[in-house]
Amino acid sequence: MTAVRTTSANESTNHEQPETFPFDTGWDLHEHVQVRPERFGALLYHYGDRRLSFVKSPELRTALELLAASPTARLALSNAGIPEAAHPAHGRALSTLATTNMIVQRQREDHTP
Amino acid sequence: MTTSTDERHTTPTLIDHFEQGLDAPICMTWELTYSCNLACVHCLSSSGRRDPRELTTEQCKGVIDTLASMGVFYVNIGGGEPTIRSDFWEIVDYAVNNGVGVKFSTNGSNLNAERAKQLAESDYIDVQISLDGATREINDAVRGPGSFDTAITAMENLAEAGFEGFKISVVMTRENVDQLDAFDALAQKYSAQLRITRLRPAGRGADVWDQLHPTANQQRELYDWLVANGERVLTGDSFFHLNAYGEALPGLNLCGAGRVVCLIDPIGDVYACPFTIHDEFLAGNVLDAGGFRAVWQESDLFTSLREPQSGGACESCSAYDSCRGGCMAAKFFTGLPLDGPDPECVKGNAEDLLGNVDSTTTPRPSLDHSRPAAAMTYTPVSITAKPPLAAVAEPRVAPSRSCDESPLAGFARDAHA
Ligand code: SF4
Ligand code: SF4
Repeated sequence: MTAVRTTSANESTNHEQPETFPFDTGWDLHEHVQVRPERFGALLYHYGDRRLSFVKSPELRTALELLAASPTARLALSNAGIPEAAHPAHGRALSTLATTNMIVQRQREDHTP
Repeated sequence: MTTSTDERHTTPTLIDHFEQGLDAPICMTWELTYSCNLACVHCLSSSGRRDPRELTTEQCKGVIDTLASMGVFYVNIGGGEPTIRSDFWEIVDYAVNNGVGVKFSTNGSNLNAERAKQLAESDYIDVQISLDGATREINDAVRGPGSFDTAITAMENLAEAGFEGFKISVVMTRENVDQLDAFDALAQKYSAQLRITRLRPAGRGADVWDQLHPTANQQRELYDWLVANGERVLTGDSFFHLNAYGEALPGLNLCGAGRVVCLIDPIGDVYACPFTIHDEFLAGNVLDAGGFRAVWQESDLFTSLREPQSGGACESCSAYDSCRGGCMAAKFFTGLPLDGPDPECVKGNAEDLLGNVDSTTTPRPSLDHSRPAAAMTYTPVSITAKPPLAAVAEPRVAPSRSCDESPLAGFARDAHA
């Protein structure tokens, strides 16, 4: 099997860790990433490094599908029906996806507040 | 689907979802031909001769259309030697152009410098070169004379073309476990990645399994090596029966047959796993009404494999959670009950059972495409001064047409990708 990573919005993480995911910038799926819906959420496959990731929530899958059309990651989460209170947990999941290059920060220079 | 697994856990784990099956396979192998220029003694698909019922180019494209519509990320193409098919590159291109990535296994016969350059240009194609010895002597005893040099030339071509991270795929045997570091060095030399998989008694592998499967001590060595080096090395999730030694190796650690893994054979038959080419594990055919999608999602066999399985005698074992009783195919083809220990159970719990198996009733593969003229018998390298196969060497011939009865190619590749 290909190397596998799991991304879950509710996995226990180090609570000392500060919230660092930049919610208020634009994000896209990496151009080499394909998302496949599954009952538990989604499978993501990156054709560049041939790695598989799991997204363990259907809401997060919806947010990923909305990323490209959303000016910011925060809006994608909200439009996927994820309440503000749950954003930090999803931020950790997004950070994992960013570290593994499944999602990438949008390159557009946009200095509007 | 409602299963007792759903009832056991309020929040099913990922493994639970996998056990219940996914809407599409994660790791599917598609053997495009039984035709092969080699005659490896352990070939899991007993390849050699082309099957006249082999899927046509158009039928193959139809399969790819289905895979694409199901969201299958990539297929592991093998054989036989898949590059023997004259439409091989056409099929690969068609898959890639339809969003289905390809990883293909080859013995290297058709990987010249020019082809290597083309392959290096695509992110959607991965290549796996089969090699079963880090030295010519050890490799050629299993894969046949000339096969080591062919593989090395292909690796040189890929490295030269800048194809980083192609796979060197090794089936672990009694003769090559002590070459692990040498394989690793080869991988580094060619900027490749080492992939090691388990020898299973499938296909012709059943005939040599007694002689070639690693000894108990070697299993321990292999486990320790994987604990130390596992991060860099792919295993196709092959060795989860070794988890019973202690710390679990990276991977999903479950038998994925019919749940996340399956095989499409050259005539379109769909089996639960590449190592289970037997009527008992035949779920349907891609040419049946409903095609591959219906076989994957609705066949009786796959439905039953996705139901909770009994661990039988293993359930009382302290290692059951991580070992899961090992490999279904290994049990089946050694004549052991499927709900009991793996024949290579590291706690020794299969030894008595294996002793009681009546070898005349052990299941045999349902299909055999071996070329009688090319048959090799395996003689352990350790007890002969030189490779024993020279006497049965066949001249290597270039593949001319895909319908040649005894053309080029072959090897063992694995199942889980
Ligand atoms: S039968 Fe063996 S090789 Fe096949 S999926 Fe199960 S564990 Fe893997
Ligand atoms: S008894 Fe079964 S679960 Fe225990 S180590 Fe052996 S094969 Fe694995």
